Amino acid sequence: MVHLYQEVTAVKRLNVFPESVFSVGPAHITDTVMTTWLIMTVVITVCFLFTRKLSIEPSAGQEIIEAAFEAVEKTVRDVLPIDPWLVVPVLGTLWIMIGFSNLVGLLPGLKTPTADLNTTFAFALISYSMTHIFGIATQGYKGYLLHYKEPTWLLLPFHLIAEVTRTIALAVRLFGNMLSGDMIAIILIGIVGFLVPVPFDLLHFVIGIIQAYIFGILTLVFIAGGIRTEI
Amino acid sequence: MDALTVIVTASIISAGLAIAIGGYGPARALGEALSKALESIARQPEAGAQIMRTLFVGMALIESIAIYAFVIALIILFANPLIGYIVK
Repeated sequence: MVHLYQEVTAVKRLNVFPESVFSVGPAHITDTVMTTWLIMTVVITVCFLFTRKLSIEPSAGQEIIEAAFEAVEKTVRDVLPIDPWLVVPVLGTLWIMIGFSNLVGLLPGLKTPTADLNTTFAFALISYSMTHIFGIATQGYKGYLLHYKEPTWLLLPFHLIAEVTRTIALAVRLFGNMLSGDMIAIILIGIVGFLVPVPFDLLHFVIGIIQAYIFGILTLVFIAGGIRTEI
Repeated sequence: MDALTVIVTASIISAGLAIAIGGYGPARALGEALSKALESIARQPEAGAQIMRTLFVGMALIESIAIYAFVIALIILFANPLIGYIVK
């Protein structure tokens, strides 16, 4: 019966869970963290190269980056009643980072960083702090705290519970979607391997983009809920 | 049947049931939300962008229930806390 347990732990070595590469003191550096560093390097390098010579008649690279940020700005402008450029830099960064993280797992040899609960919790914590910081920045401490009593004081506990649960839901949603995509791909490769995983990988591609979009949109909606402006 | 067999059998069955039941409800809900959204876009195409945005947010919230079921199934299968009591 013990060998059954060994079988169960052998399944754990499916290549979708993060593995520790080396450790600095008590902190384990997993391969998902290294992939995150790689994405950061690529994104920063690309942005740096394409924004060095800004001009009225943009190059192709500048045009792509401008289009991306105009799309982000338009989305923010539609949802938030405040100046969009307060939110666009951090939200755009979050969006691009999550989008790249979701898609990088399609390259062979790289592991999806967002299929690691630690990464998605870090993103969710950023989203959580954004909600409070923008709420306080736009209406002051008093005005921000007053939004917890809307519509009545009776709902205060539910507001407080929702603060926690929606952050956890944000993290677990991204994690679950990405991990399920990876697992389906790996299990199918184990069974058939030839051509059959392709449609599932395409679906995973679409889901990665949609989940990044949803993460940003939900953050926006939470910020809008914290700002509480009557338009 | 020793204790490990019982636990593993129960885990496999309950993981399958968790996904089956946990996927059924959200799937119905997603279908209903999508069909209602398509109906209203067909009736008012100019409100399409706003309806789609609300639809995405709503679908994300519905879908998270299915994701919870998936995470529970993962915990049962890969990080089962009960096996640790039997196998030291």
